[in-house]
Amino acid sequence: MTLPEAIDAHPVRRVSRRLAQMPLLVALAFVVVCVVVMCAVLAPWIAPYDPSLQRLDVGVSLPSSDLILGTDTLGRDILSRSIHGASTALVGPMVIAAGAFAIATILGLLAGYLGGWIDTLIMRWVDFMHGLPSTLIVIVVVGVIGGGYWVAVAVLLIAFVPSDTRIVRSAVLEQRPRPYIDAARSLGISKPRILLVHIIPNILPIIVAYVAIDFAFALVNLAGLSFLGLGVEPGTADWGRMLSENRNLLLGGNPLGTLVPASAMILTAISMNLIGDWLFEEFIG
Amino acid sequence: MGSGLVRLILIRLAQAGPLLVAVSLIVFALIYLAPGDPVRTLLGAKPVTPEAIAVLRERYNLEDPFIVQYLKWLWQMLQGDLGRSISGNRRVINIIAERLSISAFLAAMSAVIVLGAGIGLGAWAALRRGSWIDRLTVTSGVLGISSPPFVTGLFLLYLFGVILGWFPTFGAGANFLDRLWHLTLPAIALAFSVMAIVMKITRAAMIEAMVKDYVTFARARGLSARRVLLQYVLRNALIPVITAAGLVIVSLVAGSIYVEVTFALPGLGTLMVDAVSKRDIPLIQGTTLVFSLFVVVANLLIDILYTFIDPRIRFEGVKS
Repeated sequence: MTLPEAIDAHPVRRVSRRLAQMPLLVALAFVVVCVVVMCAVLAPWIAPYDPSLQRLDVGVSLPSSDLILGTDTLGRDILSRSIHGASTALVGPMVIAAGAFAIATILGLLAGYLGGWIDTLIMRWVDFMHGLPSTLIVIVVVGVIGGGYWVAVAVLLIAFVPSDTRIVRSAVLEQRPRPYIDAARSLGISKPRILLVHIIPNILPIIVAYVAIDFAFALVNLAGLSFLGLGVEPGTADWGRMLSENRNLLLGGNPLGTLVPASAMILTAISMNLIGDWLFEEFIG
Repeated sequence: MGSGLVRLILIRLAQAGPLLVAVSLIVFALIYLAPGDPVRTLLGAKPVTPEAIAVLRERYNLEDPFIVQYLKWLWQMLQGDLGRSISGNRRVINIIAERLSISAFLAAMSAVIVLGAGIGLGAWAALRRGSWIDRLTVTSGVLGISSPPFVTGLFLLYLFGVILGWFPTFGAGANFLDRLWHLTLPAIALAFSVMAIVMKITRAAMIEAMVKDYVTFARARGLSARRVLLQYVLRNALIPVITAAGLVIVSLVAGSIYVEVTFALPGLGTLMVDAVSKRDIPLIQGTTLVFSLFVVVANLLIDILYTFIDPRIRFEGVKS
């Protein structure tokens, strides 16, 4: 760590200066995420049609002036379904990334700061979970319970905790030997207070960066479960579900039924990965 | 060789044991995880007769305590008796055997692409840092991590299967060459995201190794650039790649399930997903066990292989 940075008295100015120097690609990533969030929030107003409106007389159709992206086999509007799909693509991954890190922060703080048998116990569990073929077990467990969006979210959340715990713990271990912790300890500040007031603010940038990366990963995994028919309920406008429903439209019919939600998913995931990497390099590395 | 290596192998075996027990326990507990009565779950769509229920109670020892049921079930599994599928009433082990070859073929093809292209491109990018190939590699790495195999697969299927018509869009091929042709797109789709990891690690490790003193010294001794690259830089850079091999195998197995569904290939992955959607518990248990066993055993072999390649581990003993 260089000295000027350590004694920078205006953290807000520092943040704003770095925001101004954001690379173009990262700025684009923020734009993409904003658009997806807008789609999710404003879907009922900006989508041209009801996403579940079936028009069997139209059936599958290519883009036209009326239906910009065409329709699927049931005559449902692809554009409206893709816009509405933004909400299941955002809410679940957000819950997974934030929830997993909330649990991981508690476990990581305990393991990293207290050490001893608590550390051993938590880390043994983490190592153990890492040895399991988790994607496989997630598919089977979600499927056997009977599927459903929130079941998938809950199982994925648990599956994300071990690696997040490892990240938080190593961040805590890095802070522990720093002088400010020694200073706080010699002032007689209690352990819980050191953890909450001194360590958490200092590891927060790492957590925020990894929440963004976890989000991208959760998005892809959750959509994957819906693709296999184990996530959202049939009929829901969801990007993963649209891929499996409209897969055969690729071969003939309306390929956009698959290509549009697939592109939306990849763009969102790339954007979150870029934002996460950028946060990591700017505020930590 | 020697006692150090033997000890190391024993430690790894001791670590793999509990893992297998845990996996088998989870797989066994699936009967109870399914909502409703286990007997009903196991009966599936068959008529509910007292005889059928009695047969199932006998077969799964449902009268016994949980742990006894588990041990008896495990004993049957260890003897190769994976039970009968609910939907087809065929032996699970026979169904798995039929499906295994396509999955193995796909995984092997992808592994070749991952190792060949991943290490090759990663090394190339490291040698030409800042050039177009370096930027392309880094960018495609981000793309690979963000694009899951089923999405990559759909794009490949559309571009090369439908628009260009270079590859078939259906089936798994009859003979070896035909199968190679049919499985090219699935194998690339599967390899793409896994390759990103290998590429990233190789690139970073190469860049690190190139500035080491032993490389400078080897150059100073007048060794040819080719020899320095292959014997000094690449060989040392591969050690972190081998560490990631476990991750590569897990990703390949998990990804193959999605890719098989995407390309409608009749492999083990589609078998598992079909079984899950039909709630065919014995078939789910059988396929999950085969996949998990493969992952755990492969990881064990990699750990042992690792000690042969990096002699430091053999001589200094194991940490952790």
